[in-house]
Amino acid sequence: MYEYSEFDTAFVRERVAQFRAQVERRIDGALTEDEFKPLRLMNGLYLQLHAYMLRVAVPYGTLDPAKMRQLAHIAERWDKGYGHFTTRQNIQFNWPRLRDVPDMLDALADVGMHAIQTSGNTIRNVTSDHFAGAAADEIADPRPFAELIRQWSTDHPEFQFLPRKFKVAVTGSPNDRAVIKSHDIGLRMLRKGDEIGFEVVLGGGLGRTPMIAKVIRDFLPVADLLPYLESIVSVYNQLGRRDNKFKARVKITVHEHGIDRIRELVEAEFALRRSTFGGADQQILREIEARFRRPTLRDGRPADAYEASRAADPVFRAWADTNLVAHRHPDHAIVTISLKAHGATPGDASADQMRVMADLAEEFGHDELRVSHEQNIVLPHVHKADLPAVHARLAAAGLGTANIGLVSDIIACPGMDYCALATARSIPIAQQIATRFDELKLEHDIGPIKLKISGCINACGHHHVGHIGILGLDRAGVENYQITLGGDGTEAASIGERTGPGFPADEIVGAVERLIGAYLKHRESAEETFLETYRRLGMAPFKEALYGDERQRNAA
Amino acid sequence: MSRRFTPKVVTANHLLEGDSVWLTVDDRWTRNMAEAELIEDEAHAQIRLLMAESQPNVVVGAYLADARRGPRGPEPIHFREVFRTRGPSNHAHGKQVEVGNV
Ligand code: HEM
Ligand code: SF4
Repeated sequence: MYEYSEFDTAFVRERVAQFRAQVERRIDGALTEDEFKPLRLMNGLYLQLHAYMLRVAVPYGTLDPAKMRQLAHIAERWDKGYGHFTTRQNIQFNWPRLRDVPDMLDALADVGMHAIQTSGNTIRNVTSDHFAGAAADEIADPRPFAELIRQWSTDHPEFQFLPRKFKVAVTGSPNDRAVIKSHDIGLRMLRKGDEIGFEVVLGGGLGRTPMIAKVIRDFLPVADLLPYLESIVSVYNQLGRRDNKFKARVKITVHEHGIDRIRELVEAEFALRRSTFGGADQQILREIEARFRRPTLRDGRPADAYEASRAADPVFRAWADTNLVAHRHPDHAIVTISLKAHGATPGDASADQMRVMADLAEEFGHDELRVSHEQNIVLPHVHKADLPAVHARLAAAGLGTANIGLVSDIIACPGMDYCALATARSIPIAQQIATRFDELKLEHDIGPIKLKISGCINACGHHHVGHIGILGLDRAGVENYQITLGGDGTEAASIGERTGPGFPADEIVGAVERLIGAYLKHRESAEETFLETYRRLGMAPFKEALYGDERQRNAA
Repeated sequence: MSRRFTPKVVTANHLLEGDSVWLTVDDRWTRNMAEAELIEDEAHAQIRLLMAESQPNVVVGAYLADARRGPRGPEPIHFREVFRTRGPSNHAHGKQVEVGNV
């Protein structure tokens, strides 16, 4: 957990006071909506389909029990008793009233939180892996690097007027859990002999022109991080298009000039800039590292209770098999709490559920909670002996669903149930698919699969990188769902390919069922995943499952 | 060739609550679309929209939405407008459970 400095707290309080005055002036008519809108957006307040929405930042997706309890309190006091966790690792409140928002912001500031949104064409928030500091496969904690980049880029004079916004993601292990290849810059930590460094990828992004980032440097020593990033951003600043908003992102720059040309320019720039850094950045990195509290894990406590429960309780075993990930400390585990109970809204948690999660983090989890970009909550450090108790408490609160990574662990954006930009709904589609596969009792047999749904081309649901992606569109006044297959958000990233014509809302669940049926029929063994089968066989058998035999179609 | 004008309602979000509201014949904002004024003339629609836009301290983002005459008053045509009369489909929140809206 990163501690706020005095300066940050004072700054947040001042911003709340300013916003309170701005809200008053909006209500009494001194500010027009055109004047007020940029101010409210900067403070995380959006106007959606049925109400305002407050988007609260969760830096590095990390929360402690006090923060989680305050979110529960805010949900009950000013909202409808729940919050919605999103793929951007933040939480949204869907029903605030304009007059109440300054009080909500003050309540957030009481626990060192805020809803301030970075905006403008600058380097945006830096994201990292939700298992940071805990995962067994981690080389080093990526969060200090993320924070170093954030501090360095904030107010960097050269980069306040980039052609377009710029997002960076860092993962501390070779297994990418931060979808780095769909960010403008992705950093994947690697070890080369004794040295730690990053593979640097450039030019990813989703949205209307999805692109997978390309490798610009296969190994960048840690000490060269900032001068190299600065060189990239500087080259982008010169080459990036400012004539057309849709062509301004670095993914287009890379596409237009080619990664090899960009690499040459960046290396030339790097040769000049490298010496100007002189190690000050490494000093700052060490200070940041010192401010990340790390839990003191206890050695020597036996974990037998865990094995005993596994043997005795099949429900616990099923949950342990899907919802736990190996911790770097062998007696501990990383717990993912599913916010995807079958038929529920992906990412929603009630105030009571938030309190249960806060209590568990306090009693068993070294006071840490994380929000994953897959809309679940993570307890990163739980001793194995405590897992049966943690599971029992979760199950009693409706949080014990054993489905992490399975077909019902669906990512869905708010879609037209909330979002004013949506072209169709996403949430009910997710609910119906999860309910259907629960009825079929097949999901553990189907195994790992990523199903992702967006309600418009902005792709907040990351459908492009879903093994099965679903995009909701408006086709002549009717909701219609387009399917893509073969997307992948990991280190082997790829963009999904369209299957063909979309399906109306009442046919999309059946279509997904047919896709899964085709996979089960064609897989070589239970070990071959959906994505592997798709990569081996390509689109044909899935198309046939969706649209019928080609000859029949032509005959029809 | 002149296209037939699709009847309209003036709709917006309420400034304080943020929810959907519709303009009535007697210049009120209602939360029940059936009480809205159904506008069947293009020029009149523009006048009513201007009237809505002149109330920036009451509503935000006024626009004309297609509607048709129903037994109890104007009804939405596009599904987005249908959702605006009801609220989200995943929770019993919003207009579908609020009083005064059947
Ligand atoms: C409901 C209110 C929301 C609105 C109005 C909204 C709007 C947008 C827009 C316009 C973009 C494209 C930005 C650009 O390229 O300039 C975008 C991108 C994105 N949104 Fe949302 N969004 C909303 C909610 C969410 C939620 C709930 C999530 C997480 C589940 C999310 C995750 C993302 C992500 C990850 C991107 C970046 C995709 C990329 O790499 O291009 N958004 N959003
Ligand atoms: S993808 Fe579209 S519908 Fe979904 S949240 Fe983003 S902007 Fe809204």
